[in-house]
This record gives sequence, structure tokens and C-alpha cells, in this order.
Amino acid sequence: MQVKINNKNRSFNGTPFKRLIDVLREDFGLTGTKEGCSEGECGACTVLLDGKPVNSCLISICQVEGAAIETVESLGLPEKLHPLQESFLREGGAQCGICTPGMLMTAAAYLKAGGDPSPDAIREELAGNLCRCTGYQHIINSVAKALSENKK
Amino acid sequence: MKLLTARDEREALRLYKRYPEALPLAGGTDLMVGWNTGRLNGKTILDLSRLKDWARIRETPMGVWIGALATHTAIRVHPAVKSRFPLLAESSETIGGRQIQNQGTLGGNIANASPAGDTFPALAVYEAKIHTVSDAGRRVVPFSEIFAGVKQTTLQKGELIEGVELTTPSTEPCRQGFRKVGTRAAQAISKTVFAGLLWLNKDRTVDDIRLALGSVATSVRRLEHIETSLTGQKLDPKAITRALNLLSRDIHPIDDIRSTRDYRMLVSRNLITSFLNAR
Repeated sequence: MQVKINNKNRSFNGTPFKRLIDVLREDFGLTGTKEGCSEGECGACTVLLDGKPVNSCLISICQVEGAAIETVESLGLPEKLHPLQESFLREGGAQCGICTPGMLMTAAAYLKAGGDPSPDAIREELAGNLCRCTGYQHIINSVAKALSENKK
Repeated sequence: MKLLTARDEREALRLYKRYPEALPLAGGTDLMVGWNTGRLNGKTILDLSRLKDWARIRETPMGVWIGALATHTAIRVHPAVKSRFPLLAESSETIGGRQIQNQGTLGGNIANASPAGDTFPALAVYEAKIHTVSDAGRRVVPFSEIFAGVKQTTLQKGELIEGVELTTPSTEPCRQGFRKVGTRAAQAISKTVFAGLLWLNKDRTVDDIRLALGSVATSVRRLEHIETSLTGQKLDPKAITRALNLLSRDIHPIDDIRSTRDYRMLVSRNLITSFLNAR
């Protein structure tokens, strides 16, 4: 089956009920996507499916044939960071880092949609991403910064 | 695990008839949790994700048609749903986080038959009709008859939910209310979830009222005793108190990991009271 991953057409011939997260990590070496709770609570495994954030631990590869998947690896390069990666660095939005790829992907979709930079709106948008280190404030600040700079 | 992939509706119905033990896979946000814990080992799964027509939402002369595979996101942003059935749009917004809303479907939510289904009080007060289809034909099931108990529906062997029909009430309610109470403001399974519609006459007496609560019985409940008690009455404190005294006839909450019976009774009372007293 065919699936577009980070803008490249890929074919996958393994077991059709393999989870998207496992296909990304094991078959395509995209280990930026993390597995946390395996039940759709924590959002660490968030990737974009046709531009929308989803939990890759709750999707089997057979469900996404022909779709476009974006992972954290698609955001930026060390020499040219994505605006959200810049702001997470500057505002201290990452601590242990396990939730960060998921936070970035949910925030990236929100940024692209021209989301409201108010803290309440950001909190609601990120409600499906849990962080056990930062207490969230730095993450909210990071996303708000990227959003407001995007508006300028 | 055996995977059956349906390319279209006909194939889905044929496969489901042949393998009635199969578990239909819609968005998968609940089914995959079971898969991840190993509960589905050895089961047969019928993948419906190619039935793109079943994801449509369209405005009809009478209301709105929502295909079973429409996601909670598609529902919560749809202009006709927002304007004509706002409680369904609001409740779809409280399901999980964005990730679940983007993948989970209304048909899957109903077929899963959780006592805590967040869309159910809204579907109950709008008196939704569930359209089902099987190899033998189509049926229309009133929403009040779709659940048989915890995690159980009245769907027959080989029968799938095709979509949900919502009919705009003949007169617009003068008040509509939705409220979910959970541990967090978002991304929480509800302790109690409420929806209400109210029609008042010119003399401020109740012309019609529909109230429903979720997470307080084996499946969502319309509050029939309370509705009957209030119909024709002025919404004064006396009538409200008299009606609320009937609450224990309408709902039967339990103690569980999310909450207690007493808390759910109290919060249910408060949700109804605040709806009835709203301006």
C-alpha cells in the first residue's frame, strides 16, 4: 500500500493492521514520534493525518492508505528550525522531551490554521497533549510566541 | 487477528453477513485501545475506512444528515449543525482532545454504547433517528431504542450504523443547554453530562421540555418524570423543587472509578437547576 510520509511517497508491504506509530518508527526509522500511554490520553504520538493532529498509536496503517502523514521530522532542520522549534528553545518549552514531538505537531497544525494566540485557546487546543515536567506554562508561552510572531 | 477490508458499502455488508462476529472499525479511537492491551487478539476486524460516502454531513429540508463515519471535528465545525443543533456541536467539542475529535466518529461513538458517551444527551433531546443497514435491508431506530445496556446496542447481526438523521424541531426552542462535568475542562471522560431544550408559552408556562443526562445510568436517560412534572407549569422555585424530587426515578448513578453516586446525584440536580433558572 501507498502512503505519503513527510512529503515522500512510501510503500508499505507489512501486516495491514500494524499501528501507524510502529510503521513510522520501525519501518521508516522516524523515531521522533513517541509512545506514551497507548490509549489516546497523552498525545505523545501525535502526527498529522491530512493536516490534522491524530494519535498514531490509535490508528492502524490500513486506515490511512493514500493519506498524507507528517511527523516531527518534517518540521525543521538543525540549521533551519521551524518557528515552533525556535520558540520552544527560547521559552524553555521542552524539559525531558517525551511530550515535545506531539506538542509541536498539534501546535504546528494550529499555527498553520492561524490559531488564536490567547492562552485559553492554546490550552484548549493542546488539551490532548500531556506534559509531566513543565507545568505547561512554558509550553503555552512557546506556542503563543510562535503564533504572535506568525501574525506579524 | 483477521482483517477484513471493505472497499464499498456492498462489500462491507456482504463481509459482515459472512462474519457477524467481526468488530466494525470506524475511527478506531476506542477499538485500538483494546487492540493495544491485547484484548482483540484472535478477533476479526471489519475495516470501514474506505466507505468515504459514510463520512458526509449534509443539510436536508428537515434538518441534517450525519454519516456514521463523520468525525467529531467535522460535526463541530459544520455550519448547519452549529446553527440548527448547537448542543451536538458543543458536545462534539468536549470529546477527548483534538486528536480524538479528528479521528473518532459519531457512528463509532454510538455503536460503542458507553454510558458516558458525550454526544448522547444531545442526540436524546433532538430525538435523533439512527439509520442502519444490513444485507437484509435498512431500518430506522429511534435514538431512545438504540442502547440495550452498558456497551450494548440493539443492532442486529450483520447490521451497521449508516448515519444519523436530525430533524429540526417545528418551533425553535427558547433555551438550549449543554454541560459536561469531568475532572478536567477538556480531554476527560464525563462524571455527568447534560443536555436540555425548553419551549415556553407567552404566559411563561412550559410548553415543552426535553432533558437528558449521561453517565448516570447504564445508558443515557431522558428525564421523563421531570419533563412531565414541569410541562404546563410556570418555572417557579416550587415547581422546580417538585420536579427535582423525581430525579431518583429518572436516573440511577453508581459509584465507580470516576465519581460517586452521591456526587452524580448532586451535580445532576445542579445542572438541571441551572438550566431551568438560566436567563
